[in-house]
Amino acid sequence: MNSDKQLLSKAKIVVVGNGMVGHHFVEEMAKNSDYEITVLSAESRLAYDRVHLSEYFGGKTAEDLAMTTPEHYEELGVTFKTNAKVTNIDKVAKFVSTESGATYHYDKLILATGSYPFVPPIPGKDQDHCLVYRTIDDLEDIANSAKVSKIGVVIGGGLLGLEAANAIKQLGLQTHVVEFAPQLMGVQIDGGGGRLLKSKIEDLGVKVHTSKATNVIEKGDSSRYKLCFNDGSELETDLILFSAGIRPYDNLAREFDLAIGERGGIVVNNQCQTSDADIYAIGECALWNNFIFGLVAPGYAMAKVAAKHIGGVTDANGEPAEFTGADMSTKLKLMGVEVGSIGDAHAKTEGSLTYTYENQPEGVYKKIVVSSDKKALLGAVLIGDTSEYDTLLQYMLNAIELPESPEGLILPMAADKPTLGVDALPDTATICSCHNVTKGDIIAAIDCGAVDVGQVKSGTKAGSGCGGCAALVKSVADNEFEKRGVEVKKDICEHFAYSRKELFDIVSVEKIKTFDELLSSHGRGLGCEICKPVAASVLASVWNDYILKKPHLSLQDTNDTYLGNMQKDGTYSVVPRIAGGEITPDKLIVLGQVAKKYNLYTKITGGARVDLFGARVEQLPPIWKELVDAGFETGHAYGKSLRTVKSCVGSTWCRYGVQDSMTMAIDLENRYKGLRAPHKIKFGVSGCTRECAEAQGKDIGIIATENGWNLFVGGNGGMKPRHGDLFATDLDDETLVKYVDRILMFYVQTGDRLQRTSVWMDNLEGGLAYLQDVIMKDSLGITDVLEEQMAAIVGSYQCEWKTTLEDPEALKRFKPFVNSDKGDSNIQFVTERDQIRPARGEEKIAVTIIDATEKDVVAEEA
Amino acid sequence: MTLSTKVTNKEKTWRTICDSSDLVKDSGISALLLNEAGIEEQIAIFHLPNSEEKIYAVGNYDPIGKANVLYRGIVGCIADEPVVASPLYKQHFSLKTGKCLQEEQSISVYPIRIENEQVQVFY
Ligand code: SRM
Ligand SMILES: Cc1cc2nc3c(=O)[nH]c(=O)nc-3n(C[C@H](O)[C@H](O)[C@H](O)COP(=O)(O)OP(=O)(O)OC[C@H]3O[C@@H](n4cnc5c(N)ncnc54)[C@H](O)[C@@H]3O)c2cc1C
Ligand code: SF4
Ligand code: FES
Repeated sequence: MNSDKQLLSKAKIVVVGNGMVGHHFVEEMAKNSDYEITVLSAESRLAYDRVHLSEYFGGKTAEDLAMTTPEHYEELGVTFKTNAKVTNIDKVAKFVSTESGATYHYDKLILATGSYPFVPPIPGKDQDHCLVYRTIDDLEDIANSAKVSKIGVVIGGGLLGLEAANAIKQLGLQTHVVEFAPQLMGVQIDGGGGRLLKSKIEDLGVKVHTSKATNVIEKGDSSRYKLCFNDGSELETDLILFSAGIRPYDNLAREFDLAIGERGGIVVNNQCQTSDADIYAIGECALWNNFIFGLVAPGYAMAKVAAKHIGGVTDANGEPAEFTGADMSTKLKLMGVEVGSIGDAHAKTEGSLTYTYENQPEGVYKKIVVSSDKKALLGAVLIGDTSEYDTLLQYMLNAIELPESPEGLILPMAADKPTLGVDALPDTATICSCHNVTKGDIIAAIDCGAVDVGQVKSGTKAGSGCGGCAALVKSVADNEFEKRGVEVKKDICEHFAYSRKELFDIVSVEKIKTFDELLSSHGRGLGCEICKPVAASVLASVWNDYILKKPHLSLQDTNDTYLGNMQKDGTYSVVPRIAGGEITPDKLIVLGQVAKKYNLYTKITGGARVDLFGARVEQLPPIWKELVDAGFETGHAYGKSLRTVKSCVGSTWCRYGVQDSMTMAIDLENRYKGLRAPHKIKFGVSGCTRECAEAQGKDIGIIATENGWNLFVGGNGGMKPRHGDLFATDLDDETLVKYVDRILMFYVQTGDRLQRTSVWMDNLEGGLAYLQDVIMKDSLGITDVLEEQMAAIVGSYQCEWKTTLEDPEALKRFKPFVNSDKGDSNIQFVTERDQIRPARGEEKIAVTIIDATEKDVVAEEA
Repeated sequence: MTLSTKVTNKEKTWRTICDSSDLVKDSGISALLLNEAGIEEQIAIFHLPNSEEKIYAVGNYDPIGKANVLYRGIVGCIADEPVVASPLYKQHFSLKTGKCLQEEQSISVYPIRIENEQVQVFY
């Protein structure tokens, strides 16, 4: 049959290795349906995010890190085998075979085998607890070993070694780093930077030993092992982690006669073809121009080039796609220390000149390397403060001419510090290197209808890799919006030309206490349903008045006015607070009795508490009176405020619990109840990493660890689920509450109208790292104020229902008609599964209460 | 308070609904009327002291949300037109004309005034 023939004639592509780059190739190639793709992976799982591997120790699971799923590959029509290590290539007959003997024919073969950690040939290296840091399996081994170890040593003080050191420190081990060279991170930074980095890392409790070569690993005296160094000194340790560089997995190429570089790596041309034109190599196993790129972005670029070349895709001039090298600049945070390296960090270019700024007390080191004519930036090293990274990188990448005195670029107080306007960047300037997004791509996204930074990010993927480019993406996008006269609109509505944050500042600075004052001083017209609740929320956050106080009353959404959520038929729901989901049998009985007495529909909510539906306005006060008398408080189900703190039973009952999550949840719920915010806030507290409370899906997520609590921020369920970002680890109770106080208050002050913490995080310039700086390092100098404000709010809490019940004026609002004691006859229920539900239109009985004297008239008409 | 819904005279006229002190500034209350056919009608009365007319009366039934809830909506103005936003799905209804600003729907408007501290509706 025709279609069968077509299937049979599809060219076969075999991809060896399913790392990040191999996977990227599959995604690119699968866009073209003319090929049949088979993936052979030596690992036990499909591709995952190696760049964020360390987050595995921060609570991310293998599923979180996964970049694809079997279902996704099936959808793409890709065949795949895991645990399938390729051991043989037949270049003539064109097939490969795996360890198990299975063979696969190919028309084009892709080697994406990546690299493996180099373990120096030190006697004793092959024992238990001598590990490497590359795969999820490695991390599992490390975690298991750490459980029975006290001291850990990382051999190798490069970028990955320091990341590994951070990981074992987080696992609670006393940590050492041993480096053969005289300085840390010798590849990326210079001697001066290395010195500073060392002292900063030692301040954090990691001992650094430089200029030490290990001769042998012996049985230890006080620990499991001891390292014996060439200078005669020794170091006792229980766990050894090798991070002495990576080596390309080029063994297949070696054995089957493909060209290999002198120091390893599969030689490829600009189209990523090896010495056999039908075999391509991409990613960390490929040697291009005598260089191996140990970063993911260049690997992705190679994957694209290879996919295009195979598919015969050419550019406008008919030329094939070309890999042209990649920038190896990096910006990262190692154990909280900011490190940046750009271009020629070691000033190796002939005639280059350097400017250095060092501030020892503050632990900042900055150097720029410029050309002999001082016109071009060649490289830079930044330690302790990388705020100039983006600007410097753009100077170098786009060969932008340097200002008169280039040192101004790194001097702290230079009055006219030249900041590079994003306007100066050419369209080809790379803004996000992880996803290879240029300024032109961002503009194109806006052309295609993106109307805010969030949409630009989701449309281009910019910022979703390492996150380092977030601030730059935002300024490029904002600049473009402004140019188009799409004024980056912050006005909340036609009555106020201010954003929520600006209104917040106005209210607190000018001590404004009512909406009328705010409207007459800063607004126009009468206000509307947008600005009034915003003002109410801001006034409540700043002053925490009872929200139904006269001047605030008319500002509230009906839900806030009636302290319940309006349902489709105009009735309300009743949701008492059940902190942490814990409730005594007696209270549970009260809920049942009240529901029964008032005939309310009763349901356990998705927030782990009880909701009673179908209360008429006039029933709300008596219902709440009974509840308040029984010790219940309002649950704020109606408010843009704290909703629930979902919890598990934790160590109190659960055999796996490592902390008392229940007490923590109840304390937190009681602390923040009533806090008004830009949107609702939900918490989760889990007693261990099994995460039964789904804390990572909450605005504030807290997960117990052996040593305290891990804090996640910015999770969301709902329309666009997002996992929270790991904000800090192993916090004690006090620090946890302090950080949460600060984070929530900062959100309350800066969040936009109806912006959940997840969207707020995504739009925060500088992202997670910025928030961490503000909260933990007090980079804005505001944490004291934030704490004070929170303390004031916590201290002035009142149950709004209790206050309402005591206020005859407020109770008037619950009378359905000003001139009658009747109820609304349009509210009608029918019974379903033994409970009420609102009657549908066709089920309603027309009740037209007719004046006795007029019965006949109406009857005639009917 | 006396029930003003007892209608004996079918002629439309100004009838007192409540005292002006029962009004809530910048917000709504509702009242029950018997119309000339002797059928119950619910109205929403809004008191906007800073607007031109200061007091408005419209039907309380939201034709879109299909419930008697309009008096519980937030009031304000859109392009200088005084409006109430339905608390259910947030459409705006003009308090002057009863027209919905977003959809082809409208609600009835009732003449209303304050006489001697009494709120009176013409029906
Ligand atoms: C009652 C409940 C459903 C249920 O039958 O179980 C519910 C009911 C409502 N949810 Fe919900 N949500 C309920 C749990 C949830 C959950 C689950 C959770 O909290 O773990 C979620 C997802 C988690 C999250 O929020 O991140 C959830 C995500 C939403 C959203 C989407 C929010 C988002 O950021 O995407 C809305 C819409 C909104 O807030 O704008 C919403 C809005 C609503 C509203 C307020 C819609 C409305 O205006 O009428 C519903 C009225 C509640 C009422 O009448 O009391 N509800 N809602 C749950 C009440 C929980 C509680 O005890 O307070
Ligand atoms: C902890 C850590 C942090 C990192 N941080 C960053 C960072 O911040 N930024 C950055 O850009 N880069 C970072 N990297 C580097 C980045 O992860 C690599 O550049 C990238 O993963 C390389 O992708 P790849 O597909 O070429 O190789 P790999 O991801 O190594 O994948 C190769 C796959 O091929 C398999 N394989 C090998 N031989 C065979 C065979 N014969 N048959 C079948 N399968 C085989 C391997 O098992 C492996 O699964 C980091 C790496 C680590 C380990
Ligand atoms: S999260 Fe852990 S402690 Fe809590 S219930 Fe689940 S398994 Fe038990
Ligand atoms: S540069 Fe890494 S996400 Fe953009």
